[in-house]
Amino acid sequence: MYNTADVIIVGSGVIGCAAAYYLAKKGVSVIVLDKDDSIGNGGSSRNGGGVRQSGRDPRELPLAMYGVEHMWPTLSEELGIDVEYHKKGNLRLGKTEKHKEILQGLTDRAVACGLDVRMIDGNEVREINPYLSEEVTCASWCATDGHANPLLTTLGYYKNARALGVRFITGEEVVELQKIKGKLKRVVTKKNVYEGEKVIVAAGYESRSIIQSVGIDVPMRAELIEALVTEAEPKMFEQMLGTADADFYGHQTDHGSFVFGGASGLESTAKDNGKMITASITAPCICRGIMKYIPKLADAKIVRTWAGYEDICIDGIPVISEVEEVPGLILACAFTGHGFGISPVVGKLLSQMATGEETMLDIKEFRYDRFHANI
Amino acid sequence: MTMENIYDRAITLGEYVPEPDDDRIICRCEEITKGEIRRAVHDGMYTITEIRRYLRTGMGLCQGQTCAKLVKSIVARELEVSPAVLEPATSRSPMRPIEMKIFAQEAKEVGDNV
Repeated sequence: MYNTADVIIVGSGVIGCAAAYYLAKKGVSVIVLDKDDSIGNGGSSRNGGGVRQSGRDPRELPLAMYGVEHMWPTLSEELGIDVEYHKKGNLRLGKTEKHKEILQGLTDRAVACGLDVRMIDGNEVREINPYLSEEVTCASWCATDGHANPLLTTLGYYKNARALGVRFITGEEVVELQKIKGKLKRVVTKKNVYEGEKVIVAAGYESRSIIQSVGIDVPMRAELIEALVTEAEPKMFEQMLGTADADFYGHQTDHGSFVFGGASGLESTAKDNGKMITASITAPCICRGIMKYIPKLADAKIVRTWAGYEDICIDGIPVISEVEEVPGLILACAFTGHGFGISPVVGKLLSQMATGEETMLDIKEFRYDRFHANI
Repeated sequence: MTMENIYDRAITLGEYVPEPDDDRIICRCEEITKGEIRRAVHDGMYTITEIRRYLRTGMGLCQGQTCAKLVKSIVARELEVSPAVLEPATSRSPMRPIEMKIFAQEAKEVGDNV
């Protein structure tokens, strides 16, 4: 089997798999490489499944809105696999005046971008979701937000891309990119060399060391956050929940279990052994947060906890960009913990960039060279 | 196949051939059958981790303590490799399902819990 393709994608997360799928649909040959043994074993399989528009940076909002309008509603049909997408709204909850200020600011900025989101009081919150405690005094409400199953979305894109002839190779760690005659051509792994006309690097935080081999950097850091899942419970509510204080976020899945993510607040200084391992203090902290908002869940049993890295960009939005100094290189990284909700859109944009088409949305805000020193 | 090339997902496994006991339930917590597991392998799910995320095998209340070995042997047979080639399913905290209100008390002194 040949090690050459029109496009080489580094990273088999939901972004890489979606890009591979949309490229294969255009008849482009694609090889996807991942250093992990399993497909999509980073953030794509570890996130809370939010498909949100509210709470996003205004620069990112057009991507999120396009996804909710044009891609998520038909994705299950497109992939022939139920990705459990539900468009039942997002409540971002607040308890104090300070929270209300934060939520009002987010809401005003989103409304200015044309999103239908509004502030509601505690009573209206409990009309939408009667399980929320009296402590909740306000929320931002976006009725067109929702959630989906990130595991099935990632593997659904993978399955379909593979069926269309994309060659996926896991356990294949990329160590270096190489230019030939001024143009990016080679992707060197620990074991092999691959060649492509375009190379998409969508490898989360690890993108950084890979693109450094051609002199490019993205100012981001990796932060380990955690999530947990309960046993299956009777159906309670369908909205995605978050809080102004970022105590937790999550939703009830089709399976009946609740998936919640959160943090202890000590993550940025955590001793990092380079492994995605949970800390003993985090899940209990998330539980305390959840119980204050949803007292009825106090008896729900936690069956599993896990951790995953966010690739946090210095300015809070991703880099989705071609690179002038390295013709052929396309970056898709630094998604800062909100990549899943926009993954179908980004996958499609990447397929357009790699084939030289005009992108369906303006992506200049996500350029790689937008970072500058203070003075 | 060998351990090396189960990672090249382009290598095809040949036609999926139904077997008479495909409807036998293997993962009892999540009610996943042998046939569903075999089909998932043909859909490209070559590792235990991918099978779990695709089908929910071993993701229920017992966390795979009952079915992990059976699932592994079915996947290995479908891939025509030794089960030893496949990674074990990841064990995750807590070891037993635990109520949120109990789990939440980790910061309290032991005496408080008596």
